[in-house]
Amino acid sequence: MRNLIDIRDLSTEEIQQLIDKANDIIAHPEAYREKCRYKKLATLFFEPSTRTRLSFEAAMYELGGQVIGFSEASSSSAAKGESVADTVRTVSCYADIIAMRHPKEGAPLVASMAATVPIINAGDGGHNHPTQTLTDLLTITREKGRLDNLTVGFCGDLKFGRTVHSLIAALSRYENVRFALISPQELKLPSYIKKEILQAKNLRYVQTTDLESVMPELDILYMTRVQRERFFNEEDYLRLKDSYILTPEKLETAKRDMAILHPLPRVNEISVAVDSDPRAVYFKQVLYGKFIRMALILKLLEVE
Amino acid sequence: MNIDAIQNGIVLDHIKAGKSMEIYHFLQLDRLSCSVAIIKNVTSRKMGRKDIIKIDTNLDVDLDVLGYIDPDITVNIIRDGRCIEKKHLKLPAQVKGLLKCKNPRCITSVEQELPHIFKLTNPETRVYRCIYCEAKAE
Repeated sequence: MRNLIDIRDLSTEEIQQLIDKANDIIAHPEAYREKCRYKKLATLFFEPSTRTRLSFEAAMYELGGQVIGFSEASSSSAAKGESVADTVRTVSCYADIIAMRHPKEGAPLVASMAATVPIINAGDGGHNHPTQTLTDLLTITREKGRLDNLTVGFCGDLKFGRTVHSLIAALSRYENVRFALISPQELKLPSYIKKEILQAKNLRYVQTTDLESVMPELDILYMTRVQRERFFNEEDYLRLKDSYILTPEKLETAKRDMAILHPLPRVNEISVAVDSDPRAVYFKQVLYGKFIRMALILKLLEVE
Repeated sequence: MNIDAIQNGIVLDHIKAGKSMEIYHFLQLDRLSCSVAIIKNVTSRKMGRKDIIKIDTNLDVDLDVLGYIDPDITVNIIRDGRCIEKKHLKLPAQVKGLLKCKNPRCITSVEQELPHIFKLTNPETRVYRCIYCEAKAE
């Protein structure tokens, strides 16, 4: 039985297979409508996340399956003090696969040790969010036609932004990918990621506080939100939340075929005036997220 | 200074000078009723100075714990006054129950009964990380 706890659980070949499967689902959705008939997905969301939960649920429904679950800890037995292990042991009796979000880092790993059905990590605090990374990789593939030979800019909260950490790790597997790390000093990429991924693999990167200085080079601009829930201190959050706001003016020097991604939800870091720019693909990214989750559910349930 | 040779027991040799008391406590040697000798700052050709611990009983030492604290230690097993085995330690791939994860965002911070497990992620820099949240061991 396989789980997906960390994007590193998947080989580069397996990631490609998932992307190929998602592309096939997009091309022939009717062929997949009954694939998970009589199967149940449990969405165990110990912290609210409408987008990710609905994406998983929509994915399962489009495969012909059913969904059970809860959307916040207060409506689950966790509120009574039940352990993660006991919760998933119980839910394993009801569902064929579990997608789980939890505010504490490592909770899905604990779940995978106890469950008798596959566990998908749908986000564990500031740690991992592998299906977002798969979504990002599918989006880049569909928009750019490749995952190699790219200059990728990450902008905003690179310190706590788990989607950034996972995507850097995933893209570091491909040939000739260069990175531009754009953030305020306080939200720079953690040094262990620079050491263990960028420097260890001898990858080219620049670190800057100035988005406009690197804009003309970028093939991908990955914007992130400064997240209130990652700060212990409200003052720090308020001081940093408006650090980078993408506007049509800032995009004037960008390549015509650059793709702007964002894991969403956005607060104000991308002006709504950018939404009509053909380079803004963050809502398409949401749609791709559903398709890659369909591909993942099929893989983990071993449905051909 | 003379310390009697032991007949049946263990000699922990090549301990980094000054580390012997830490090992004494980690292995809970204070709970033993047998003789335990801690010899500090012994002259060593290989190390300059070293510590040695002699334990006069057949103790089952947790080599992973010892290897984590100091992988350069040699464990000599003594039977009938003779050294019958020399064990060279290495950094354990995983340590369980020895370190505590201090990351307040880690699942171990709220689920008290979970074992604290750390895995070796970089043997060169001897970095261990929590298997759950990947926080570095302090």
